Amino acid sequence: MKGDRDRKRTFMLITIPILALFICFNTLPLIKGFIYSFTNFKGYGSYDWVGGRNYVDLFTDGRVGRSYLFTFKYAIVGTILTNVISLVIALGLNSKIKGKSVLRGIYFIPNVLGGLVIGYIFSFFFTYILPVVGQSLGIEALSSSMLSSTSQAWIAIVIVGCWQAIAMNTIIYISGLQTVPEDIYEAGAIDGVTGWRKFKDLTFPLIIPFFGINMVLSMKNFLMVFDQVMALTKGGPAQSTESISYLIYNNGMSGGQFGFQSANAFLFFVTIVVISVVQMTITNKKEEQL
Amino acid sequence: MMSKGNKQTRVVNWPVTILLIAGCLTIFFPLYMALIIALKQPSEMTNNIAGALSFPQTWSLANFREAMQVTDFWNSLGNSLLITVATVVISIILHGMAGYAIGRSMKQSKIYNIIYMFIVSGMFVPFAILMMPLVKQTAQMGIANRFGVILLYVVFYMPLNVMLYRGYLSNIPVAIEEAARVDGASTWKIYWTIIFPMMKPMHATVAVLTAMSTWNDVMTPLVIMSGTGKNTLPLAQLNFQTQFGTNYNLAFASYILALIPILLFYIVCQKQIINGVANGAVK
Repeated sequence: MKGDRDRKRTFMLITIPILALFICFNTLPLIKGFIYSFTNFKGYGSYDWVGGRNYVDLFTDGRVGRSYLFTFKYAIVGTILTNVISLVIALGLNSKIKGKSVLRGIYFIPNVLGGLVIGYIFSFFFTYILPVVGQSLGIEALSSSMLSSTSQAWIAIVIVGCWQAIAMNTIIYISGLQTVPEDIYEAGAIDGVTGWRKFKDLTFPLIIPFFGINMVLSMKNFLMVFDQVMALTKGGPAQSTESISYLIYNNGMSGGQFGFQSANAFLFFVTIVVISVVQMTITNKKEEQL
Repeated sequence: MMSKGNKQTRVVNWPVTILLIAGCLTIFFPLYMALIIALKQPSEMTNNIAGALSFPQTWSLANFREAMQVTDFWNSLGNSLLITVATVVISIILHGMAGYAIGRSMKQSKIYNIIYMFIVSGMFVPFAILMMPLVKQTAQMGIANRFGVILLYVVFYMPLNVMLYRGYLSNIPVAIEEAARVDGASTWKIYWTIIFPMMKPMHATVAVLTAMSTWNDVMTPLVIMSGTGKNTLPLAQLNFQTQFGTNYNLAFASYILALIPILLFYIVCQKQIINGVANGAVK
C-alpha cells in the first residue's frame, strides 16, 4: 500500500535527525565523560591514561566522601520532611475549606520561583534576621548565623530546599486525593472509621502511586542540589555543605580535576539510577499488594 | 435525606481554613522581607529586626532603577526570554513530531521500541555528568553561546516531553488518521492538520514544564555562556554578587526584579501552570 510506505518513510525521516541530535548532546558527552574518567586530564593541556585509579581514589578521598554524606543526609531528611508536610497541606487543601483555589494558588508560588534567587533571599534571613530573633528569645542555638556553623549550615539548606519542593509535592498529592472516590469515605463513616485511621486505612493506600511519584521525584531533585548550595554557602563552612553536583562543578571546571571529577560524576550517575530503580520497584510492589 | 447531604457539603471546615491561611505566612514572609528591603535605603538598615522588616521612611524606586543599570536588567531579561521562548517553541515542534513518529511505530517495530527506551532513559542522566564534556564540545563546535544553550535544553527535555506526547497519543485512535489517508493525505499533512491540533492540551503541559525549568535554570548558562559576557536573569544575580557587596537594598531590588516576570506569568496562567505541572508529574 502506497500510504503505508509514505507513513514509514515520514516516521523515519522525523526520527533519525531527532535521534542524532539526542545522541550528539546526551549520549556522546556521557561516553566522553566516561572516557575522561580514566585519565588525569586537568581540563587543559595533555593527559595520560591512569586506568581505574580515579575510581579507587574516589573511595579514599575525604572531600568526595563528605560530599556524598552531606548530599545523602540532605536528600533523605529533605525528602521525608517535604513529603510529610506536603501531604498534610494537601489534605487540608482538599478538605471543605473557604477560598480553596486561592489558597492552592498561593501554596504553589514557591515552585515557580528560581532556586538561586530564593537562596539569596533566605541567606539574608539566616544571617541577619534569625540570629536577632534567637538572641531576643535567648535561644543559644539560633543566636549566631546558621550558615557559618559547620553543624547547622546543612539544616538551613534543607529548609530552603523544602520550602520550594513542598509546593510541587502538594500539587501532586492533591491530584492524588482527587482520585479517591467520595463513597469510600461514606462507607468508612458508616463503619465508624475517622481521623488517623481513616487516613491510614482508606486514604493513604489509595494514593500510594502518587506517594511513589513524589518519593522518586523529590529524592532525585534533592540529590542533584546545586542552586541552593551556590546561593547559601558555596559549599562552606569548611566544605561541610558541598553537594556532589557542586563539587563536580567547582573542582571539575576550575580546580584542575576534570578527569577525577568525571569519575565522580559517573559514580553519581550510577547512584541516581540505582536509587530510582530501587524506589520504583518498592512502590510498584506496594501497589501490587493492594 | 437530600437536604441533609446538601447541607453537609456546604459546611466549611474553619479550623483547617484558618490554619492554611496562617501557613501562607511562611510563603509570603521571605517575599515581603525582600520587597521591603528593596524599597529602603542602606541608612535605614539598623541592626535590629525593625531595621529590616519595618516599612521604609520614604517609598522610593531608586534601588530598582540602580539595580537595572548595574545588572544590565533589560539585556538579561531579553536573553532569558529569547532562550525560554525558543526552547519552548522548538520543543513543541520537535518533541511532538518525535512522540508521534516513535509512538505510532512502536507497535509494529522493535527498533522504535528500543529508540523510545533509549531516549526516555536520558531522564536519569544528571547534568553534572554531561557538564564538563559539553563545555568542551560546545566550545569546539563554536556554539558556547545562547544558541548552544537552547540546543542543549531541547535535548535535555526531550526524554520527558517525548514520553508525555507518546502517552497522550496512545489515547488518540489511529482510525482518525486512516480516514484521512484514504482521502489521499500524506502522513506529514495528517500530522500538522489533524494530530498536532489534537495534542493541544499536551502542548500546554509541555510548554509550562519546559518554560519553568528553562527560565529558572542556572547551571547550564553558567557553564556554557560564561565566556560570552551575556547573562540570563538568574545568572546575572550570581555574576553581580560582588558588585552588590553589602548593599543589600540594591541586591534585593535586583532579586525582586528577577522574580517579577515569572510571578506575573504565574498570576496570568495559574490554572494552566498547576495543571501542566500535575499532568507532567503524574503521567
